[in-house]
Amino acid sequence: MARITGGVTTSHVPAIGAAMDQGKTGEAYWSPLFKGYEFSRQWVAENMPDVVIMVYNDHASAFDLEMIPTFAIGCAEQFGIADEGWGPRPVPEVEGHPELAWHLAQSLVEQEFDMTIINKMDVDHGLTVPLSLMFDQPDAWPCRVIPLAVNVVVYPPPTGHRCYRLGEALKTAVESFDEDLNVQVWGTGGMSHQLQGPRAGLINSEFDMAFMDALGSNPEDLVMKPHVEYLREAGSEGVELVMWLIMRGALNAQINELHRFYHVPASNTAVGHMVFENP
Amino acid sequence: MDKPYADIPGTTVFDADMARQGYWVNQFCVSLMKPENRKRFLADEESYLDEWPVSAGQRQAVLDRDYNALLKLGGNVYFFSKLFFTDEVSFEEAAAGMTGVSREEYRAMMIGGGRSIEGNRFQSEWES
Repeated sequence: MARITGGVTTSHVPAIGAAMDQGKTGEAYWSPLFKGYEFSRQWVAENMPDVVIMVYNDHASAFDLEMIPTFAIGCAEQFGIADEGWGPRPVPEVEGHPELAWHLAQSLVEQEFDMTIINKMDVDHGLTVPLSLMFDQPDAWPCRVIPLAVNVVVYPPPTGHRCYRLGEALKTAVESFDEDLNVQVWGTGGMSHQLQGPRAGLINSEFDMAFMDALGSNPEDLVMKPHVEYLREAGSEGVELVMWLIMRGALNAQINELHRFYHVPASNTAVGHMVFENP
Repeated sequence: MDKPYADIPGTTVFDADMARQGYWVNQFCVSLMKPENRKRFLADEESYLDEWPVSAGQRQAVLDRDYNALLKLGGNVYFFSKLFFTDEVSFEEAAAGMTGVSREEYRAMMIGGGRSIEGNRFQSEWES
């Protein structure tokens, strides 16, 4: 059967992708950030998943205001790279895993998570920047990717509790797939940041540290956190952190934290990154 | 409807009321994901905006790139980003503009750890 072997959380700041695409990773501003991913690149190379379920949010690229699915799963063979206003990022197209993705969709709906099924979609920096951070700049991505898009653009995003429960359902769904597959779940976005208005630039490292401390061992301390607390304490875009709870819900109750990294700033954002494995 | 987030200073939450109000100006931004539209818009902004049923206030705010005004009129920053990039302005520079400081000052603040949460939680803290 398929099994979830580990999880990764990471911010997905577009400027990180731009820094890589433009060959700026060695610059003083950027090099400390990329240092924080050295362990993870080696770890993922040694523990290469067959499939990554990528929990991310689209940023008004595939979903504008015409359609706003709260939870959507990408079931296509392939996903193109979105043009977000400066041309598509020069990264490989993303290969999906339709058989597993359709299975997950069916199982999740049966478990009362009414997913929107997407068969045609370009993916934006929310999905490609985590791939770049973990896999650098290959000619083709080294594994299949199933996009799991969460609305965090139009308020309200799903609650943290709902996200955690979706993660649990995802675990059940993966484990009911017959083929023997090594699956990782990555939760992206965050940490504290605000991109808009006179309060832009807000960073709350204390909040972020407490969130990272609780995620592995006491996620129940996080799941009931109301949205207003994220908005107020972690900035209006910090609410993306609910996506980390989907990853957490998909892992075992007891997990091993292998790596943790925190860095301020990448553009407007506090970058947080963790690697976990199921024992 | 109770909006417990209404007292966060300097912050417009893109909730149902704002999304409804900002529908067309945000969809205008999305249209800039196509290179031919970016070109047409930059060549003649007024004519391009004529094609979109945006309000007079939204139209002027787009022409002025007054993003704080646009936020109050239902615009959302992720949609604006299509316009930032059309203008070849980074997210960092755009955010600096919304806080009323130069890009250099803003970057220095971020490198120094960002804007502190202290004194920035409640509208009342900004008014005192």
